[in-house]
Amino acid sequence: MSFSRAAVAIAAKDLRIEWRHRTAFATAVLFAVLVQLVFVFSRDGASVSLAALAPTVLWVMLALATVVTLNRAFLLERENAALEGILLAPVGPSALFWGKWLANLVLVVVVEVVTIPLWMIFFNLEPHPRVFGVGAVALLAAVGFTAPGTLFSAMAVRTRFAELLLPVLLLPFLIPPLFFASQATVRILADAPMSELSGWLRLLALYDTVFLALATMLFPAVMDQ
Amino acid sequence: MTADLHAIDRIMRRGRAITVAGLLALAGIYVLALGFTPAERSQGLAFKILYVHAPAAWAMEMAFVLVGVVGVLYFWLQDARLDIFAEASATVGMVFGAVLLITGPIWGRTIWGAWWVWDPRLTFTLLLYLLFAGYFALRSALRDPVERARFGAVIGIMGTILVPFIHLTVYLFNSQHPKPVIMAPQKSPLPWVLLEPLLLSFGAYTLLYIGFVTTRYGIGLKRAATEARDAE
Repeated sequence: MSFSRAAVAIAAKDLRIEWRHRTAFATAVLFAVLVQLVFVFSRDGASVSLAALAPTVLWVMLALATVVTLNRAFLLERENAALEGILLAPVGPSALFWGKWLANLVLVVVVEVVTIPLWMIFFNLEPHPRVFGVGAVALLAAVGFTAPGTLFSAMAVRTRFAELLLPVLLLPFLIPPLFFASQATVRILADAPMSELSGWLRLLALYDTVFLALATMLFPAVMDQ
Repeated sequence: MTADLHAIDRIMRRGRAITVAGLLALAGIYVLALGFTPAERSQGLAFKILYVHAPAAWAMEMAFVLVGVVGVLYFWLQDARLDIFAEASATVGMVFGAVLLITGPIWGRTIWGAWWVWDPRLTFTLLLYLLFAGYFALRSALRDPVERARFGAVIGIMGTILVPFIHLTVYLFNSQHPKPVIMAPQKSPLPWVLLEPLLLSFGAYTLLYIGFVTTRYGIGLKRAATEARDAE
């Protein structure tokens, strides 16, 4: 089986399982809405406007929802030693990584597609073509979030504290893309020219490329049993 | 584990000797820096914390980068001793990181007027520190030494690749942190009388790093030998 076919088959399997239960999707969306409420209720309404808080809330919400989503990636395979089954199949570890990563990316993007409009409603942002710009930044950031996330999820699941360890391992890696993405979002929402935006997008793309390549190279070492 | 207990004792003795030499050198440098070096014109006495802060930053970064380099070597050579070295280096890196994160705010309070400023360099140093705290959290949650070594190497390599992003941040973004002019290739603006103790301090911290890591490496070897004996 070719690399791409194997990766797509694994991604399709994961997404099919998720489609049947929708547990991770529903939990991540619910969690994202709750994060927004936590921010709104913990702010000083008299001095901090919703508009000023909006980009911060968006990126905290998306980063944490990603961690919640990623937690399930390899927990699925722990039941009935499913991972051993996959490793016995003629599928290379790199194809396994790409399959898992693709499934995670699709799931995180779907969560973003649902939660970004909710964020716009809650933070009184008028529908405007610039929301597609925010969406594009969110897509770029999702690549950067899920690449190290998929690798760490495979490691954390081997411990007894998977749900606790994943955020501790992953969040330091999410801070740079989070920072680049939130800076880009602030500029998009302020209708800044492309010249002010492109540097942040390039940094985000650089981060995505480096960590996707690195995670692909290191994943076989994590799966070596 | 190939190293026998006598060889391990020899390593630890060597480590302790280097540590003592490093501590004596450091004591001498501090006498020089506090007693015989004039106060810097703009920062006054607060400048003297640089003799602790900057070499601690150097030692921490060296420690963490070596964890990554040794991680790559581990995947190549598959030698368990490399993982023991990586763990030793990461532990010592955490100690120097603590020195860095304590002295930074003390200096910041005097010069910036705040204990903590969300300056990119200080913030990303904290991030690196937290990343390696995660490294230890993962290691402690794994029982199998081979898995611990492999996963440790993965985090070490990933963390090391994060370091250029930290430096990218220093140079690209508007920072309140003093620019790292000391390491700049052009002529240093620091007069020699202020620079000399600093350069000596870098040397002493390097010596301390070697001493601490060698001792910690010996302890790691001893623990691995005990675990291997218990497993038999």
